[in-house]
Amino acid sequence: MRDVAVVGASMTQFGRREGEWIRSLLAEAGTAGLADAGVAGEELDHLYVSNMASGEFEGQTGVMNALAQDLGALPAYTQRVDQTSASGGAGIYAAWQSVASGASDLTMLVGGEKMTHRSTGEATDVIASLTHPEEYKHGVTLPSFAGLTARLYLEQYDAPRESLARVAVKNHRNGVDNPNAQFREAIDVETALESPVVADPLRLYDFCPITDGSAALVFCPVEAAESYDGDHSTVEGVAGATDTHVVHDRADPTTMGAVVDSGAAAYEMAGYGPEDVDVAELHDMFTILEFLQCEGLGFHDEGRAWEAAMDGRTARDGELPINTSGGLKSKGHPLGASGVAQAVEIHEQLTGEAGPRQVDADVGLCCNVGGFGNCVTTTLLEAGS
Amino acid sequence: MEAVRYADGSLSFPGHPVGPDGSEPVGTVDLSGHTAEIVTWTTATATPPGVEAPNHLAIVEFEVDGEPVRAIGQLTTGDVAIGDEVRPVYAERLRDPEVGIREPASQSWDGFRFEPV
Repeated sequence: MRDVAVVGASMTQFGRREGEWIRSLLAEAGTAGLADAGVAGEELDHLYVSNMASGEFEGQTGVMNALAQDLGALPAYTQRVDQTSASGGAGIYAAWQSVASGASDLTMLVGGEKMTHRSTGEATDVIASLTHPEEYKHGVTLPSFAGLTARLYLEQYDAPRESLARVAVKNHRNGVDNPNAQFREAIDVETALESPVVADPLRLYDFCPITDGSAALVFCPVEAAESYDGDHSTVEGVAGATDTHVVHDRADPTTMGAVVDSGAAAYEMAGYGPEDVDVAELHDMFTILEFLQCEGLGFHDEGRAWEAAMDGRTARDGELPINTSGGLKSKGHPLGASGVAQAVEIHEQLTGEAGPRQVDADVGLCCNVGGFGNCVTTTLLEAGS
Repeated sequence: MEAVRYADGSLSFPGHPVGPDGSEPVGTVDLSGHTAEIVTWTTATATPPGVEAPNHLAIVEFEVDGEPVRAIGQLTTGDVAIGDEVRPVYAERLRDPEVGIREPASQSWDGFRFEPV
């Protein structure tokens, strides 16, 4: 296997993108990603598109084929990667495989989703279509899974409700400094705690928004990285894992098995442990997920991640900054784009391009979660030498 | 409300063609006459099309001959707590199948809600 580098990264403005649809969003991030690496579309051997539901949201399928033509990438091999909300992480895995195996010398991954033209109820239903029929017919949604899990976590570990609000406050604060974030306004704990109930005990500010957006990465063999524009990072570990489709089948709803398994495999591949990670982007689709991933990835002991949130240890100036980009919570969550955008943030942190969000980091981790922990990919990037 | 029993003795609801550790299904157990304990619950106020708001939901755990099996479903009330005992109550239609994204003919829409004992 060849060692793999990231030599280009980009993301569009996340938020409500009036007049833009999936094809134009993908092309916007793709064009910017190619420019960041200093390459033309025709140089790509492989082109992957991470997307959950363009057919369901917009009636547009075949998005990888459309993007290949729009970027002038013909006749590159193309493939759409769908792993619901974890499509971006799964796309990183596919792109890494293509270069590591020798099948491609230059691969682009573009993730994107167009969602905001749908009502909140309709978008929630599209996402809930990933559930088992026995879940779907009861009206179970991803937010309701979060409410069920948060109640158990808070009671099981005697954690204060305020600890979840602290996650929202931190990630909104980080989003203020991200020009591409959907929300760039700081909030306080009281605002989060007094916002409307969505899935008791969780409230509006415990949930990410519905978002349009796209993000892109360019991969090549490490030995060729210096021939492209700008600094690069390297893919030290990447691994995916799967948990039960039926969420209630899990013995402990507060443990995400696929986070644990994908994290362990990514650490093993990289030769790193949680103590080596300097910055992380976690899938905070709901505030409670930040705790579950911090514990599943070994940053904190089981039932203790809430203490780190209360103490500020996950803030930008804390011992392990989490979601410096603002996370899905503030930056937004265009499903197929989110896992790619996580890696864009980590790449920018490792190459010193994160501007006011910059932290001191040599190793960064991304954890992209699909469903309610159903499919997970964990990626470890390191600053290029 | 049929749970599937596998060759290794474990149960699941719903059942799957292959159970834990590769065990094959060997029979079924009707859970509708049993009571269960609430593992956790929520009240969702933002519901998708075809689902009445608020939607009270719970994960519950049955125990059949010493073997645990869990289910998820609507509650008849939000006035419950973790650890409460509930029983299944049949409902002909749990949500309106005509207005959601799921193809109505692809699955059943009746089932069991959970009512505090």
